[in-house]
Amino acid sequence: MADTTTRAKLRWGLIDVIVVVFALVPVLWIASLSFKTPATLTDGKFWPREWTLDNYKSIFDTDQFVRALVNSIGIALIATLIAVVLGAMAAYAISRLDFPGKRLLVGVSLLIAMFPQVSLVSPLFEIERQLGLFDTWPGLILPYITFALPLAIYTLSAFFKQIPWDLEKAAKMDGATQAQAFRRVIAPLAAPGLFTTAILVFIFCWNDFLFAITLTSTERARTVPVALSFFTGESQFEDPTGAICAAAVVITIPIILFVLFFQRRIVSGLTSGAVKG
Amino acid sequence: MSRRAPLSENKKAERKLGWLLCAPAALVMVLVTAYPIIYSVWLSLQRFDLRFPDERKFIGLDNYVTVLSNEFWWTAFGVTMLITVVTVAVELALGMGLALVMHRTLVGRGIVRTAALIPYGIVTVVAAFSWRYAWTPGTGYLANLFDGSAPLTERASSLAIIMLAEIWKTTPFMALLLMAGLALVPEDLLKAASTDGATAWQRFTKVMLPVMKPAILVALLFRTLDAFRVFDNIFVLTNGGNETSSVSMLAYNNLIRGLNLGIGSTMSVLIFITVAIIAFVFVKLFGTAAPGSDDGERR
Repeated sequence: MADTTTRAKLRWGLIDVIVVVFALVPVLWIASLSFKTPATLTDGKFWPREWTLDNYKSIFDTDQFVRALVNSIGIALIATLIAVVLGAMAAYAISRLDFPGKRLLVGVSLLIAMFPQVSLVSPLFEIERQLGLFDTWPGLILPYITFALPLAIYTLSAFFKQIPWDLEKAAKMDGATQAQAFRRVIAPLAAPGLFTTAILVFIFCWNDFLFAITLTSTERARTVPVALSFFTGESQFEDPTGAICAAAVVITIPIILFVLFFQRRIVSGLTSGAVKG
Repeated sequence: MSRRAPLSENKKAERKLGWLLCAPAALVMVLVTAYPIIYSVWLSLQRFDLRFPDERKFIGLDNYVTVLSNEFWWTAFGVTMLITVVTVAVELALGMGLALVMHRTLVGRGIVRTAALIPYGIVTVVAAFSWRYAWTPGTGYLANLFDGSAPLTERASSLAIIMLAEIWKTTPFMALLLMAGLALVPEDLLKAASTDGATAWQRFTKVMLPVMKPAILVALLFRTLDAFRVFDNIFVLTNGGNETSSVSMLAYNNLIRGLNLGIGSTMSVLIFITVAIIAFVFVKLFGTAAPGSDDGERR
């Protein structure tokens, strides 16, 4: 009996290794390229033979990348904040209150989650040009909020349904004021859900390429994924590969940190919305 | 209590609060999607080229005739369909496998789940560059498999690489949705089937699949519609060269490179209609099991 469990464990271990390798190889490869010197960049080896940090130095010396990084961080943070606040309000109403139009709202969110974003590219381009939103932060924040909201509403209402709201009443009976009951009892219970949702929404905004490439035209609002695709060497004879890879690694770092530290929460956030939705 | 009874003050206040809380989210979602798509229908009925703004004119359905009789459109449409069907089918199989591993593995569950989340979270453009350099002759570790030829300069191999990149990136998402369904399968039922002598395959098809059906359908629907929007990977990997453009690439090219709002909007509307048809067919085929129909249980 003990023998079979050891064998089963070995088998699962082997499968685990295969999964991990498949998931990590492309990431390790781009990291490896970013550390290669120009001379060894095209040697076709998976690991760098000579290591250098020059690629990183070069991108942080250019305005092109630094501006894009500031844009990416600012736009994603603001969009996340607004989407989570609006989403939390709606999710609270959906999970706690009874009012006509609730199912309609859930239906609309579902439709938007399935909406082909590319269909908005042409009209939004023209509308934003007329409103002066083209190539600005709000011009990107607005569509990001829109497409993040269904995700936020679904995940948050799944979380909110698990909160034992009766505790609030109990706290009030024990003499706590409404504000105290909220701050001491409900807020700590809701915080993990809000935080998880914020991570998921941030990843979504951080990832976007389609809106960023169609609704921006200069460094004013261009985000890193778009800047990457426009990277050229400092002169036309310079190969931008090393710089692109270094920039790619920089914008992958927050994702890796989220995944490493909040794996459990991200998984529960993504799956809870799915089962109940 | 009869339904006609006047609402109590409490009930009224609850309604009002509900509406107030939902209004901002609903307003943003509708303003940024419904209005542009209607505006896009209006633009699609005009000759509207930003390079020649003076020639703007209402031309009825002429743009639709132009697009639908254009071979580039149909090539792109075929490419998009091919990518959608192949990637979703492969992802369903791989995703099911990955879901089983993440759910049942005896060792290193946390490590597997963490690793699987990396493709999900990584910026698509970053992953696309990784694949591009991997297949670039001289630079890449994979390019040597092709004896130094350049797979990204030929149509069939380019499409295969685009699909590979898509599958790598989105299989974990599929797997997570499927895992949610897997968690609903009662453990006792599996044990009972096992004692009754069911093989692993029988347990999978007879016990697990029926319970997981709603989760599978949700995953399929979401991934199908998502796959149909394929853009980032193609943009970085081939830039649409060698007839590898998807409909999204084509709409983008007409808008940003061609500055033709009329044609671009026509494509937007056509893509919207196609996606609506796909969603409709899904809901019709699978009836009550489709998402949206079980909203009632969400309260």
